[in-house]
Amino acid sequence: MKESLKDTRPEGSIDYVAFETTDRFVNLQRRRRRFVVPLAVFFLVWYFAFVLVAAYLPDVMAIKVAGSVNLGLVLGLGQFVTTFAITIGYVSFSNRVLDPLGAELRAELEQKAAA
Amino acid sequence: MSALGVTVAGVAAVVEQAAVEQAAVEQAETNPVLNISIFLAFVAVTLVIVIRAGRNNRTAADYYTGGRSFTGPQNGFAIAGDYLSAASFLGIVGAIAVNGYDGFLYSIGFLVAWLVALLLVAELMRNTGKFTMADVLSFRLAQRPVRVAAATTTLAVCFFYLLAQMAGAGGLVSLLLGINDKLGQSIVVTVVGGLMIMYVLIGGMKGTTWVQIVKAFLLIIGAGAMTVWVLVINGFNLSTLLDSAVANAAVTPAESILAPGLQYGGNPLDFISLAIALVLGTAGLPHVLMRFYTVPSAKEARRSVVWAIFLIGAFYLFTLVLGFGAAALVGADTILASPGGVNSAAPLLSLALGGPLLLGFISAIAFATILAVVAGLTITAATSFAHDIYASVIKKGKGNPDGEVKIARRTVVVIGILAIAGGIGVQGQNIAFLVALAFAVAASANLPTILYSLFWRGFTTRGALWSMYGGLGSAILLIVFSPVFSGTPTSMFGEGVDFALYPLNNPGIVSIPLGFFLGWLGSVTSTRREDPKLAAEMAVRSLTGFGAEKASEH
Repeated sequence: MKESLKDTRPEGSIDYVAFETTDRFVNLQRRRRRFVVPLAVFFLVWYFAFVLVAAYLPDVMAIKVAGSVNLGLVLGLGQFVTTFAITIGYVSFSNRVLDPLGAELRAELEQKAAA
Repeated sequence: MSALGVTVAGVAAVVEQAAVEQAAVEQAETNPVLNISIFLAFVAVTLVIVIRAGRNNRTAADYYTGGRSFTGPQNGFAIAGDYLSAASFLGIVGAIAVNGYDGFLYSIGFLVAWLVALLLVAELMRNTGKFTMADVLSFRLAQRPVRVAAATTTLAVCFFYLLAQMAGAGGLVSLLLGINDKLGQSIVVTVVGGLMIMYVLIGGMKGTTWVQIVKAFLLIIGAGAMTVWVLVINGFNLSTLLDSAVANAAVTPAESILAPGLQYGGNPLDFISLAIALVLGTAGLPHVLMRFYTVPSAKEARRSVVWAIFLIGAFYLFTLVLGFGAAALVGADTILASPGGVNSAAPLLSLALGGPLLLGFISAIAFATILAVVAGLTITAATSFAHDIYASVIKKGKGNPDGEVKIARRTVVVIGILAIAGGIGVQGQNIAFLVALAFAVAASANLPTILYSLFWRGFTTRGALWSMYGGLGSAILLIVFSPVFSGTPTSMFGEGVDFALYPLNNPGIVSIPLGFFLGWLGSVTSTRREDPKLAAEMAVRSLTGFGAEKASEH
């Protein structure tokens, strides 16, 4: 496949300004933001809360939970768990909801470009 | 009573084992032939792969992005290969072995950072760009100034990171091959640099990617096997492992290795600054961003980040076990007394577990790690120079792509030589700040502009330029006026000179908010109107993938 530098701009004259205000596009944009923004806020707050406790309250982190395993280790591993969980959640939401919406709009744009 | 008897026997066994290890350590250091042989085998295998991969590098897209032919899982391994540098393998295991919990804090920041890339950056970048970060940043702003700024920060981040890796290579050599003199280390740095130039020149992005995949695979397998081994010794009980690490701790009270504070306790603000730079820096690292272009679609870009998150997460969990395992089985005193200091924790643990053969394997992986990371950085820097500065600014977009690839190849050689010279120049210097600086620059110069251009319609060219140059400049300036350069015994200029006006080692806590602030300030004071059509096009294409993928088949 020959790919040139030019294809950053696809052929055809599509009115993106109008397309951007169509209900279906607004819907896709809104659903993505509604899912992603709260998650991003959550993981950043949770991470920085963890960092602040580690920096200023090390004695809290040293509280034993089970055997020699202390709260610091549990919360630290908790960061791993939430990272993995957010990843899985986002992928499943994208596959289920966002990808079909995006593919539909892309097909429509390709038709317009070919016309 | 019987419990006490078991404990005493256990302690005796540990003492005896330590004596055996001590003897083995000395033997391994005087017999580096095995380490070199395993490393040469790795080089031979990867060279064959690179040569085969390089055969059909014809177009710019082939050379820069491997023809966008990698699958998500493959690219996920390659991202892990790019990201898990020798610093994160040897450095984190060592930090946990010696400083306990504080070493673990590092790895958490490195992992959580990937959520920024996954949720906010990866797919949108893939959909709006082609080759470099600047493609996206200049999409709806004034092309040339924004491209030059983005290429400048890209080159700066790559260069700081590259220098740190090359300097690390010298240190690793003294540790693993027993070469302690400056000449020997310089020769090895030259060999590493030469190999890297060859890989990138012949293999392009495809060859580089395969080297990273192989290396990530070996690294994760090796670390995983050692982790299982350590866990078996401790009956798969984390608490037992922690207890034996505490029993061997070099600090008083020994229990303190399980809680935060040993490394960063004196200056919590410095730790917070580092934490901000780590979590926001990853999504602004140009060599990571460039990996999103080696896959055919945004969906594959997403899959690659998912694979990367799980691989990197698993790896950092391994380092937790390996770090405390090294503390328990080797002992912090032995680690600190060895030639490589803190960095020798992982190699010494492998020696204690599997003898010289495992040590050779782990050492070879550590070398391969440097080689792969250096190759990834070099191709990123070369692409950015050829595509953003040469093709778009010097040739004003009128050059042909073949000429561009030629320039990229020449740039590879120039960067390689610079990296070798720099790597030799900084031998023995305190260079740990370089990686921190690379992350801080990525977070303060790149990330604000990336997020603003993807999510804020009011962002303007002036905002982008202020944010990128301001973030870059302030991060570098703060480092120069920090204790890293002067005022303390470990500073670059020693204790005698003191111009450390900024009290922290990491600039992030000031330079990152500054980068965001300047982006906002520049935009609201801007007189130039940005094209609303381009903004709409960027919004539509970033979410739908139109124009970025091969037409879907109907």
